Amino acid sequence: MNGVFWILAALTVFGALAAVTLKNTVHCALAVTIAFAGLALLYLQLDAQFAGFAQILIYIGAVAILVVFAILLTRGSETPKDGIFSRSWFTGMIIAAGVFAVLGWAVIQSVHVLPYQADAPSVTVNQIGNALLSRYVLPLEIVALLLTAALVGAVIVAMHERGEKK
Amino acid sequence: MTPLAGYLLVAALVFAIGLAGALTRRNAILVLIGIELMLNAANLNLIAFWRYGAHPELLSGMMFAVFSIAVAAAEAAVGLGLVISIYRHTRTTDLDEMNRMKG
Repeated sequence: MNGVFWILAALTVFGALAAVTLKNTVHCALAVTIAFAGLALLYLQLDAQFAGFAQILIYIGAVAILVVFAILLTRGSETPKDGIFSRSWFTGMIIAAGVFAVLGWAVIQSVHVLPYQADAPSVTVNQIGNALLSRYVLPLEIVALLLTAALVGAVIVAMHERGEKK
Repeated sequence: MTPLAGYLLVAALVFAIGLAGALTRRNAILVLIGIELMLNAANLNLIAFWRYGAHPELLSGMMFAVFSIAVAAAEAAVGLGLVISIYRHTRTTDLDEMNRMKG
């Protein structure tokens, strides 16, 4: 537990909180980018360099841009006149608080049985590549298929229907 | 408090914030942002357990997280495509107004 961890944790939680509470949707997208960056730095702090850089490339590089595009294409940056929260926001808050209470209680109760490996694992990209193409080759192929299907599916869903007015 | 417990608590907090966002916001895009935050919190748990658990050289937790990132990217693309498609149909992304399954 060092200072860097607390700074990164505060950055991540602050970004996530801002992303769900800000009024302007574009500001929310920027705040969620801060949360993604904080999580990537936490991965680096956990000696998972590959996952950290993958997080930066995929979330900050692709998902955040996609979200901004979707917001601008749908005029979602306009604040609705009857508030940004839905009619059932109170129930939602209670459910979220309950989930956090249960998760936090479970973590606090199991502090003594959590594993602790003091020395950092040294993993090279070479090892990761070997693991991806030997032990994890079937999941890798399934992910490749899933990404192809998602690419085609997203294009078909968002495509103009024939004969539809613009 | 051990380091692992700290990471797990941060992940639980981010998960709860994402859940609150997904359940309380009106805008469909912000609901998707909440879901992305929840997926990220799960990834943080996986990587924290990989780092502090036994046999990190097997790479199980990290591979789980990497595959989960790939699946989340596919989910984001399809989800935002659906939002744009619904917007074109109803001219709104307000989920409270989307109460019909018929077009």
